[in-house]
Amino acid sequence: MDILSYPFMQRALIAGVLVSITCGVIGTYVVVRRMVFVSGGISHASFGGIGLGYFLGFDPVIGAMLFSVASAVSIGAISRRARLPEDTSIGILWAVGMALGVIFIGLSPGYAPDLFGYLFGNILSVSGADLALMAALTAVIVVVVSLFFKEFQSLSFDEEFARVSGVPTAWLYYLLVVLIALAVVILIRAVGIVLLIALLTIPAAISRRLVRSLRAMMLLSVALSALFVASGLWLSYVLDLASGATIILVSGAAFLASLGLRRARGHSAQPE
Amino acid sequence: MAAAELVRLEDVWVHYDGTPALEGVHLSLYQDDFLGIIGPNGGGKTTLLKVILGLIRPQRGEVAVMGASPQAGRRAIGYVPQSSLFDRDFPVSAWDVVLMGSKARLFRRYSEEDKRKAAGALETVGMQEHRERWMGELSGGQQQRVLIARALVSEPRLLLLDEPTANIDQPMQAEFYELLSTLKERMAIVLVTHDISAVSVHVEKIACLNRRLYYHGTKELDAEELEEAYQCPIQLIAHGVPHWVLKEHR
Repeated sequence: MDILSYPFMQRALIAGVLVSITCGVIGTYVVVRRMVFVSGGISHASFGGIGLGYFLGFDPVIGAMLFSVASAVSIGAISRRARLPEDTSIGILWAVGMALGVIFIGLSPGYAPDLFGYLFGNILSVSGADLALMAALTAVIVVVVSLFFKEFQSLSFDEEFARVSGVPTAWLYYLLVVLIALAVVILIRAVGIVLLIALLTIPAAISRRLVRSLRAMMLLSVALSALFVASGLWLSYVLDLASGATIILVSGAAFLASLGLRRARGHSAQPE
Repeated sequence: MAAAELVRLEDVWVHYDGTPALEGVHLSLYQDDFLGIIGPNGGGKTTLLKVILGLIRPQRGEVAVMGASPQAGRRAIGYVPQSSLFDRDFPVSAWDVVLMGSKARLFRRYSEEDKRKAAGALETVGMQEHRERWMGELSGGQQQRVLIARALVSEPRLLLLDEPTANIDQPMQAEFYELLSTLKERMAIVLVTHDISAVSVHVEKIACLNRRLYYHGTKELDAEELEEAYQCPIQLIAHGVPHWVLKEHR
């Protein structure tokens, strides 16, 4: 395969592996603990940081990391002692982050290169420095999740019981949303702020129906993500389409197919 | 010799944004209690359990669990939440759920002792042959047993059950109360339910809760008190024998 001889393609494939590990591990918690909207809020709010990076002239990905971690901590605090319904506050954070990004970019001198890539992903433009950051963040996610695996499982299954039996649930919830923020940073380069929520949730949503433990769900989700990223990347190359959007469309098609398969096998035995 | 007091609530008041949930509740629970707390939906039953567990801090009043704060004393309580609140699709086996009842220790795997206790708890509830099964494929009654086993792992002195029969069909309820009657030899049991008829036959003491708690440490309740709590004609329970006394609406 001569396309694999291009260095940008090799970097894209390494990025794809890191993205898949992230989606499998974090996506599993996002799906079972129903944090899809939380993740969407964190991801969109990070656009404010992209804009700040352009405005002040530092790497926009670093700005995205600052904003995503800060918004994750705020969402954690909001959902702990809620005066407002959680979804209201997340919706506000979501739009305010985006708006800040637009204003910062408007104030920046000149043209904002790569802006489209941050919004919708461009895995083919991943640099060596990007890869190093993505690898470091993926390592943090894997290490933290393996250290707190049983606590995160308790927290996701029944938070109140976990609290009663002495698990430091408030602290672990913050840790979990911060891990989601790191996952957002890893995914921005591949599929972009707007699209990443699909890649974070679709592999986990498919595997949840097929396996019976969190561990198996993570492993299967990693494999499915890798399959979607690799086939999406290949399709985008062959058909000359945007890589991020193609990866998402492949994932969406796979999700629909998995629903169809279940129906065909008679798994959705709900009374009409 | 008087039985040891496990839980003591004195003049406990809880409001949610100005809406009262508990008003001036006094309650003492003892080592040998087998108490059913009945009351209408929205009467504060779950709130009362959460106050005892230290999950809700009352605006007024004192709560003591094992003579200490609820946060310090609650390891002696086994909590069985409403099983209907769980996500049936959660990918977890019965065995994993029971292990969650182990003493929380960060940075440690479950110990051999944790596993031995979890196996013992599964045996107590008669679910040992289902331990590798997925929670989602168990019946409501079986899930309930797994949740009870999870609460038993910590070897509690008091078992608190929230609407334990809500998700169980009628024939399974008899088995469920049979299980409770064996457990009550080992620990105090308190269950809250809106289902008066089922609970009245099995428990030894009854309290009635509708923001205020009506309780005399016995199985008898005043007709007037029950009516005040329910604000409609009720079934009157007296002397350990269920009577059906329908009164006229006032």
